Amino acid sequence: MNNYVDYTVGEPVSDSAAPGGSIDTRWERHRFGVKLVNPANKRKMKIIMVGTGLAGGAAAATLGELGYQVESFCFQDSPRRAHSIAAQGGINAAKNYRNDGDSVFRLFYDTIKGGDFRARESNVHRLAEISRQIIDQCVAQGVPFAREYGGLLDTRSFGGAQVSRTFYARGQTGQQLLLGAYQALERQVQAGTVTMYNRHEMLELIIIDGRARGIVARDLVTGETRSHMADAVVLASGGYGNVFYLSTNAKGSNVTATWRAHRKGALFANPCYTQIHPTCIPVSGEHQSKLTLMSESLRNDGRVWVPKEMGDDRNPRDIPEDQRDYFLERQYPAFGNLVPRDIASRAAKAVCDAKRGVGPTGLGVYLDFSAAIERLGRAAVAAKYGNLFDMYERITGENPYEVPMRIFPAVHYTMGGLWVDYNLQSTIPGLFVTGEANFSDHGANRLGASALMQGLADGYFVLPTTIGDYLAGAKLTPVPDDAPEVAEAEAEVAARLDRLLSIDGHRTVDSFHRELGHLMWDYCGMERSDEGLRKALDRIPELRREFWSDVKVPGSAATLNQSLEKAGRVADFLELGELMCLDALHRTESCGGHFRAESQTDDGEAKRDDENFSYVAAWEYTGQGQAPVLHKEDLVFEYVTPSQRSYK
Amino acid sequence: MKLKLKVWRQSGPDEKGRLVDYVVDNADEDMSFLELIDVLNEKLILEGEEPVAFDQDCREGICGSCDMVVNGYAHGPQKATTVCQLHLRHFKDGETVTVEPWRSVAFPVLKDLVVDRSALDRIIAAGGYISAPTGSAPEAASTPVPKPNADRAFTAAACIQCGACVAACPNGSASLFLGSKIAHLAELPQGQPERWERVVNMVEQHDAEGFGGCTNIGQCTVACPKEIPLDVIATLNRDYLLATTGGRRRHIA
Repeated sequence: MNNYVDYTVGEPVSDSAAPGGSIDTRWERHRFGVKLVNPANKRKMKIIMVGTGLAGGAAAATLGELGYQVESFCFQDSPRRAHSIAAQGGINAAKNYRNDGDSVFRLFYDTIKGGDFRARESNVHRLAEISRQIIDQCVAQGVPFAREYGGLLDTRSFGGAQVSRTFYARGQTGQQLLLGAYQALERQVQAGTVTMYNRHEMLELIIIDGRARGIVARDLVTGETRSHMADAVVLASGGYGNVFYLSTNAKGSNVTATWRAHRKGALFANPCYTQIHPTCIPVSGEHQSKLTLMSESLRNDGRVWVPKEMGDDRNPRDIPEDQRDYFLERQYPAFGNLVPRDIASRAAKAVCDAKRGVGPTGLGVYLDFSAAIERLGRAAVAAKYGNLFDMYERITGENPYEVPMRIFPAVHYTMGGLWVDYNLQSTIPGLFVTGEANFSDHGANRLGASALMQGLADGYFVLPTTIGDYLAGAKLTPVPDDAPEVAEAEAEVAARLDRLLSIDGHRTVDSFHRELGHLMWDYCGMERSDEGLRKALDRIPELRREFWSDVKVPGSAATLNQSLEKAGRVADFLELGELMCLDALHRTESCGGHFRAESQTDDGEAKRDDENFSYVAAWEYTGQGQAPVLHKEDLVFEYVTPSQRSYK
Repeated sequence: MKLKLKVWRQSGPDEKGRLVDYVVDNADEDMSFLELIDVLNEKLILEGEEPVAFDQDCREGICGSCDMVVNGYAHGPQKATTVCQLHLRHFKDGETVTVEPWRSVAFPVLKDLVVDRSALDRIIAAGGYISAPTGSAPEAASTPVPKPNADRAFTAAACIQCGACVAACPNGSASLFLGSKIAHLAELPQGQPERWERVVNMVEQHDAEGFGGCTNIGQCTVACPKEIPLDVIATLNRDYLLATTGGRRRHIA
């Protein structure tokens, strides 16, 4: 018997906020059309921000500058530690400083195409327009971008684009952009407009009269759980890649804030769209707690190969040239080692599935710099990649100048998230969602250097405009202290924490999380099939039941209790994982990061099915173990004509 | 491999702490130090004990969350390495390893290895920024910055605010942290309008938080996982001196 639930199809959903007319002026016309809140009234309005990464930190600072009262929450001990800090490569902007033919329209076009025609044109065009202002804003804040000798800003090329539009700060662009937002945020803390709640975790959304009016948050130090009320709530809580247990995400990254909102009625869109990054350091053993990304730029000079023979465990230096398979160069002669992320990842998986993978686990391929060192000299290679080589050696103990690096794909980013309209408002009025937490701009595959762009566009420029429109028109009355919805939400949270602590079973939270991660990786990872997804859908509900009857969470709720924090997050991942598999099962086409084994071209490439799947899949929660309802938002392409991608 | 651990356990801010002995006999040289604590914690949980509380997040050396004094060194003995990237291959089989929290008056212990570093946020809030409200920025290319200044600004800005400099300093000074932000912003043309107020306000906040003064010992830069150079403290001192005695400080009530 199948454990998994099926789904039903409900009414289509549409983005009623999206403007029509010429795409060039949609955002400008929309900005003029929104209602404004006068400065005296802003001071009386309170906004809750959850998450302090690029999207959340930038928005909290900007809303504070505008005069709103902002309460900002993060689970880390400082807002500056949000996972945006770890982004390496850069941020795209259509500045055309290189005079190489870039434009807003080209960035818009590349992003729509890179997303495999599964994103909205209006949103992406706005993103491309705002990209230019973001660079201005960050430079004004003192972000130390790389510069040329003339003192002007440097740029570099990135995947999926033929122009040089990526601004960067060495390999720490995310860190420097986040520090800009964090410092602007702290300035508002000092000014009294923003109140920071560090080491606080949102555990529930409070809805009153159909509108988001507050959250229940737990103080992770004292354990105190209480409600915080506001006129609007913004979730900027990041992505859910940690459903796979192993990912490049920070250990604390989680889905709880958005999942709690989903359970309260916010639609969750395209949950199966995940990005697998091809160049990460492979797993070294069962103890592994996270995966580390090695910048994509390494594929400029590194050659990817595995032995031709199965089970060839000789030292790579002893394997002669004619017994090596440079599989990317062989399969994709036009792009070679520089094929896009999804293609490179799948090809690496295929050779490992064929038992030709390398390293102790067999899950790895070589990234070999010997040809580059021979051609350019060791010093030149060190100048380009020295810091990455050092990091690799620090982690693996192997010197990549002497032996080839071993790499393997890893979960990196989630394109899916809560459904939002053009105003970044979810299906719950007053609940806004920004950055990786929403689903909006990357379609089925995100291009490199676009995540930072989207987080900051949402945070600095889009949300501060659109949330005013909501607040000006909402006519909210204060929430009475004894509102039953508040007491109910607080009670739900308390009961859940109690339940987690009282099970006192035999397995740790991490052991459940690992098992879920294995299932997700095996069946809902780089390649998905009908058979595999059904297996996962059979097992996940069982695993969830085991969790709720056999998990062991020591300690109490009235103190700093990291096991309890993890348990709540894993409980939500155990629900999300099921929805991801269901979404992946229903979408029988391949697109972007979602590769269905059944939907490929004759030569093994992803085959989209525009006739049947040119829509956003927005899922409605109907209860744990109940069939969710699928609401489709049709995607309309007026400016870019969908085509099949080819990199041969 | 097998490691004997002496780990600081303290159940709350006002409780008395102590070093407790543990043995992990299924460690592996490819593990990071935090994964070693993970393994210990899994064992403790199954034995019905509370796991060791510690701060961590990105586990790739950039978020600045992790903070352990390992064998007397902030972030352990490996140079330019946060404890999350410290691997067990640098330890000997059977070795005894002592693990303690950051020690500083300004970093009260909350539980086990977790300390409160919010004082560092308050120092930033006192002036560690350039006032550039969203939307007010001029075109990015209109402000050229000489490459050497941009590079020095970047070197200083690489600070991850982990607090190792404080933990390593015999005076418990946060001068390296403070100097890194002062030097970052002082190198840039955008940072000039608020330069003199910034340094005074940040130094006053630093002192008010209970951090000690700098006596040029230099332990901070050795412990710093990002190798922030000691000369940022020279920049800090110079700017502070100019601001307070050189008549540069203006507009201050």
